[in-house]
Amino acid sequence: MLKPFIEITGLTKRFPAQKGGEQLTVFENANFSIKKGEFVCIIGHSGCGKSTIMNILAGLDTPTEGGIIMGGKEISGPSLDRGVVFQNYSLLPWLSALKNVIFGVSARYPDWSRSKVIEHSQKYLEMVGLTGGAEHRKPAQLSGGMRQRVSIARAFAIRPKLLLLDEPFGALDALTRGTIQDELTRIWSGSEQTVFMITHDVDEAILLSDRILLMTNGPHARVAESVVVDIPRPRDRAEIIHKPAYYKIRNHLVEFLARRSKQLSGDRDHGGSPPITVRPGIDDADDKERRPENRPKLVSVAS
Amino acid sequence: MNGKSLSENAKALLLSICLLVALLGTWELSTPAVKSAGELTEYELLTGGGGQQARVPPPSQVFNKAYDELSRPFYDNGPNDKGIGIQLAYSLYRVLTGFFLAALIAIPIGFLIGMSPVAYKALDPFIQVLRPISPLAWMPLALFIIQDSQASAIFVIFICSIWPMLINTAFGVANVRKDFVNVAKTHELGPLKTALLVILPAAAPTILTGMRISIGIAWLVIVAAEMLVGGTGIGYYVWNEWNNLDLTSVIFSILMIGLVGMMLDTAFAYVQRAVKYQE
Repeated sequence: MLKPFIEITGLTKRFPAQKGGEQLTVFENANFSIKKGEFVCIIGHSGCGKSTIMNILAGLDTPTEGGIIMGGKEISGPSLDRGVVFQNYSLLPWLSALKNVIFGVSARYPDWSRSKVIEHSQKYLEMVGLTGGAEHRKPAQLSGGMRQRVSIARAFAIRPKLLLLDEPFGALDALTRGTIQDELTRIWSGSEQTVFMITHDVDEAILLSDRILLMTNGPHARVAESVVVDIPRPRDRAEIIHKPAYYKIRNHLVEFLARRSKQLSGDRDHGGSPPITVRPGIDDADDKERRPENRPKLVSVAS
Repeated sequence: MNGKSLSENAKALLLSICLLVALLGTWELSTPAVKSAGELTEYELLTGGGGQQARVPPPSQVFNKAYDELSRPFYDNGPNDKGIGIQLAYSLYRVLTGFFLAALIAIPIGFLIGMSPVAYKALDPFIQVLRPISPLAWMPLALFIIQDSQASAIFVIFICSIWPMLINTAFGVANVRKDFVNVAKTHELGPLKTALLVILPAAAPTILTGMRISIGIAWLVIVAAEMLVGGTGIGYYVWNEWNNLDLTSVIFSILMIGLVGMMLDTAFAYVQRAVKYQE
């Protein structure tokens, strides 16, 4: 069997004890892997340590135990092999949009000529639709959606082996989010880029990812399930909601987040086993003609 | 706002002019010209035109003086009689030399203590003790060690402009947003590139604020320093004219000190605007 591109083994993060308390274990024994070219989302409630996992992957944080192997090498410290898009854009406010991308490109390819760097940067800004003068504006003069586009362009332009997206659309309104999700899928499908993304949005996860990792609530959180999204690509936001597999997966995710993430939390007897693979949408490949009345009912998240 | 009413700036300008006219008018009227019966001797002229009391000269006299001085700013009639331009140039030379030497030391050290909490804690006691010392208190020591009055004046400027720059640089560097540092890290920038490409531009507005405070203090201090060391410079000029009992020149030079100080501040304000960014 081929070794997975990224292997996360026994990853644990603990914070030292405060005065009079015991040490805080955010998550422990996280074991999962990501294949090359795969788009993986991770979902869990606040405080389960998703962002910490992401920061460890980015090399900005260190695990208490366990480690990550990427392409046969252990991750230690940040690297241009792993591009990061932060929720708050993290563009340098004194540089124009174009210069922000150039900043990344010239760090990645120090021996490229200036004109090649500019050309490459402009190409990626064009991909996210920043042209006609907008690329010369400073981040403060751009809307939130535009800023996140620049941030995505910068991350893609350095062509990292792994792209890390930390709730990239969290601060955007629903309409903008939809547009940029489409753009992201379009760019991703032409790039064979491996992506690991944090999100709170179940629909976003189904639309974008090949696999969704579900985390139980913290403290002592763990990666409990790996849900395969069996919906063929290319996916379209308008059509995907007519596919029965969509609702099966969606219901599974919502049910997990609403109920089981809490029930499973604190369960420390799993012995560090890898997450259970679940395929709620698998039996759906051949019944495209299913009638609307046969659609499974939506499960209420309220209560 | 309708077309007839004046803009805010125009109103302010009008008010400024009114205030100036009122001020100069009061001043002029409260210092009537001394009337004399006949021809004055040179002695009478020197002692205030034969009047009972020396008076503050009226603005008209100051303007005449200003016109006279500014129409030939760079004449040089020996040690005690140089044009205002020459005196100001000496002062500016000392201020700028001392200031930029201070910047050369203060900004790198500010960077160091801004980035390293250990360095900050180690140097903080020294800074706290040295900072409140009046720069002029250093003068005797400087004169003794350097043995050159010109260089001592520059040293005094150096020592007074170092602190605001040092403290502001350290503060600006220590408060650079962690996100920016993370961007540098994820782009594998080395320490030098991180400092130059990310931390310096991020902290630049705060550093410039420190530089602007410093140049202001330096310009305040140079007048006092030059009164002490003598020889040349606007501070020496003021004191020399006082010794000559030429109050008109004293008032004229006070105005020039104010104007040059304003120009220095405006220049730094301009640079400050250039490095400012909006988050």
